[in-house]
Amino acid sequence: MTDILIKGGRVIDPAGGLDRRADVLISDGKIAKVGRVPASQITRGCKLIDAVGKIVCPGLIDIHVHCREPGHEEEETIATAAGSAVAGGFTTIVAMPNTHPVIDNEAMVQYVIHQAENAGLARVLPAGAITKDRQGKELAELGSMLAAGAVAFTDDGDGLASSSVMQRALQYAGMFDAPILQHCQDPDLGGSGVMNSGAMAVRLGLPGIPAAAEEIMLQRDLALLARTGGRYHVQHVSTAGAVDMIRSAKKLGLHVTAEATPHHMLLTDAACQSYDPNYKVAPPLRSAGDVEAVRQGVADGTIDCLATDHAPHSKEEKELEFALAPSGLIALQCALGLFAKALIDTGLIDWPTLIARMTTGPAAVIRQPLASLAAGAVADVTIIDPQADYTVDVTGWLSKSRNCPYHNWPLHVRAVGTIVAGQVKFLL
Amino acid sequence: MSKTATKRSSRKPAATATPATPVTTATPAEAEPFVWTKKHLLGLDELTADEIVHILDTAESFREVSTRSIKKVPALRGKVVANLFFEDSTRTRMSFNLAASRLSADVIELVSTGSSVAKGETLRDTVRNIEAMGVDIVVVRHKQSGAAYMLAQCLSASVVNAGDGQHEHPTQALLDIFTIRQRLGSVAGKKVGIVGDIAHSRVARSNILGLRKLGAEVFVVGPPTLVPSAITAMGCEVCHSLDEVLPRLDVINMLRIQFERFSSNLFPSVREYAQLYGLNAERMRLAKPDILVMHPGPINRGMELTSDVADGPNSAILNQVTNGLAIRMAVLFLVNQANQV
Repeated sequence: MTDILIKGGRVIDPAGGLDRRADVLISDGKIAKVGRVPASQITRGCKLIDAVGKIVCPGLIDIHVHCREPGHEEEETIATAAGSAVAGGFTTIVAMPNTHPVIDNEAMVQYVIHQAENAGLARVLPAGAITKDRQGKELAELGSMLAAGAVAFTDDGDGLASSSVMQRALQYAGMFDAPILQHCQDPDLGGSGVMNSGAMAVRLGLPGIPAAAEEIMLQRDLALLARTGGRYHVQHVSTAGAVDMIRSAKKLGLHVTAEATPHHMLLTDAACQSYDPNYKVAPPLRSAGDVEAVRQGVADGTIDCLATDHAPHSKEEKELEFALAPSGLIALQCALGLFAKALIDTGLIDWPTLIARMTTGPAAVIRQPLASLAAGAVADVTIIDPQADYTVDVTGWLSKSRNCPYHNWPLHVRAVGTIVAGQVKFLL
Repeated sequence: MSKTATKRSSRKPAATATPATPVTTATPAEAEPFVWTKKHLLGLDELTADEIVHILDTAESFREVSTRSIKKVPALRGKVVANLFFEDSTRTRMSFNLAASRLSADVIELVSTGSSVAKGETLRDTVRNIEAMGVDIVVVRHKQSGAAYMLAQCLSASVVNAGDGQHEHPTQALLDIFTIRQRLGSVAGKKVGIVGDIAHSRVARSNILGLRKLGAEVFVVGPPTLVPSAITAMGCEVCHSLDEVLPRLDVINMLRIQFERFSSNLFPSVREYAQLYGLNAERMRLAKPDILVMHPGPINRGMELTSDVADGPNSAILNQVTNGLAIRMAVLFLVNQANQV
C-alpha cells in the first residue's frame, strides 16, 4: 500500500488534543506519524498531498444516513450513498435500517456490509431495527445483529411508541452496551401533522406537529432510561425543550447522547411557505428560537454530534402535494459546509469543537475505535478547505436523488480530500 | 374603478365587457388606469389592497351583465376554461361554470372526488394532460393545501384557486367582501366576526387576509379546539365567547360545521356547539339591529343558524351567491388579461 504524506496542514485531532501545523504520514493504512516528517522518512512512491491552508483531521462520521438499499435503489444505493459520503468528507456513515425489507436480522446486516465492501468507498456501518419489521411490537434479534456487525439499533422513521417495548429494548440492548437511537415523535399527537405547529402551519392550512410530540416521547424515554440503564441516543433534536431535557438528563448522569442536523440549525418553518416538499422533514423545521437552542446545545456539548439524516427521495415522490410527499432531504455532500455556516460563521464554536462533534462525538455514540490521528490508528483522514468559496450545485452530486433545499446556496467550507484506511477515496 | 378604466386596462377593448354605468362604490376611483398583472389567482395572501379593490370594482361592472335579457359578453370568446374539481362542490363549481359561460368561454369540467394518486396518476400529470387539450384557464379545487400553488408552477395556463385544502378560497372571500361593501358601503373600520371551525377553514383564512388588507377588524370566534391561537399572527383577534363579541360586530360570517369534526373530539356534540355558537333569534337580540349575517353555504339549519335568522332581514346569504357570479366573472376576465400581456 502506497504511503501518503499530507504536508503543511493545520492538524486538528480532538482525541489527542492536537491543533497545530504539522505533516501527517500514513503508512500501511495506519497513521504513522503526526509532526514534521523529514525528507529522509519519505519512502519512494509516497503520495504527497499539499495541505497548506487546509485543515487535516480524523475522518468525519455521519451516524444518520438513509442508503435506501435494499428496496429503493432508484433513490439511493449503498454505493451512491458511500460515494456521496466521501465526496462530502465522511469516511464513515451509519446506514439506517428502514429499508424494504427492513434490516432487522443478521443476514440483512451482512448484506449491508457486503454491499459496502463491494463499493469500497466509505465505511458503511449498519444500524439494525429495534423491533421486527419496525412494527414497534416484538424485539428483533439484537444480539445476532450485533455479532454480525450492527453498531446501533433504531426504528428511525418512526418513534418507538410503546413504552413497554422501549423499556425492554433499553434493558436488552443495555446488556450488550449497544446504543438505542430514537426518533422522538409521539405518533398520537404528531400523527396527522406535516410541518411544525405554529403560525406558519395555520396560515398555510397544513396540520401541525407540535414540539410537545417530540418532548413527550423524549421525557418518557428518559424516565425509562433512569430505571433501566443502557445507552440512549436522541436523533435529530429539533426543539428548544428537547435540548433542555437532554441537558438536565446529562446533569443527572443518565447515559444520553444526541445529534443535530444541518436543517434544524439553518432552516425554520418559514421555508414551508412555498409548499416546496423539499422543506418537508421529520421532525419538522421549527421556529427561529428552536434553531438557536439546537445550535447552543451543540456549542455547550449537550448535543454530542452532528448528523445529516440524509434521506433521498425520488423526484416523482417529491413532486406530490406537500402533505402527500414523503419527509426528508439530502445533504451528505455539502453537510460540512452547512455545519460550518451554522456553528463557526456564527462564532458559536471553534474548529476543534466542530471537528470533535463530527468525529469523536459520533464515534463515542457507536463505540467505534475511529476518530483518532494517534500513531497506529486507522488512517481515516479528512482534509478540509475552510476558505473555498463555492455554490452548492446538486445537479452534479453522486446521490441518485435531488431532494436538496440547499441548491445554489453559497458556502465556503468543503472537504477536499477523504482518505479511508489509508486509501485516497476523494481528492479535489 | 369605473367602466372606462376597466376598458382602458384591456389590450383588447373589443373583447371587453361593455357594462352599463357601474354602481357607485365606496372607494374613490383611481387617477391612473389599473393594469392587472397577476396571471393566477392563488390566494388573497399575494394580493395588495389595490388589487382586491380592482377585482371588486371589475365585478361591480360585471354584475349588470346578469340583468340583461341576453346574459353574455364576448370577453373570453375562443378561450377554454377547465373546471377541475377534485373535491365535492355544488355552488362554487356551478358559479365558475356560469361565470365562464357568461364570458363566452368554452368550459370543460372534471369532477373527481377520488384521489388521483390512488388511480396511479399524480395531480400534476392529470392537470398537465388536461392542459394539453389547449386550456387557457384552470380553475381548481383540491383537498390538499397548496395544490393550486403547485399547479401554477407547472402549467402555462392561468390557475384560479377554487379552494385548496384548508389554505385559501379566494373567490369566496372576495364575494364576501364584495357583499359587505355593497350592503354597508365600505369595509374599512367594520368589525367582522367569523364564527366556527377556523382551524380547518380556507374561507376563514382568505377572509381574514382580505378583510385586514382593506382595513376591517376581524374577530375569529369558536372553541380553542377549532380556533388555533397562532391565527392571531394573521392580524385577527381570537374570541371564545360569541355572546361577548356579538354586540360589537357589524358583520357576522357563520362558517359551516363539518360533522366529522365532532367525531375527532374537536367539540363534544352538535347540541353543545349550537348552544354556544349557533345564531338564533334570541342571540340576535344581543347584536346591532342592522348586523349583516353571512354564511358561505351550505347551511346546516339549526346548527350554525336557525331558519328565522338565515332567512331574516339581516341575512345576506343569497346576495353572496349572486355576487359570487360577478366576482368569478371578474377573476376569469382579469387573469386571462394578464396571461395575454
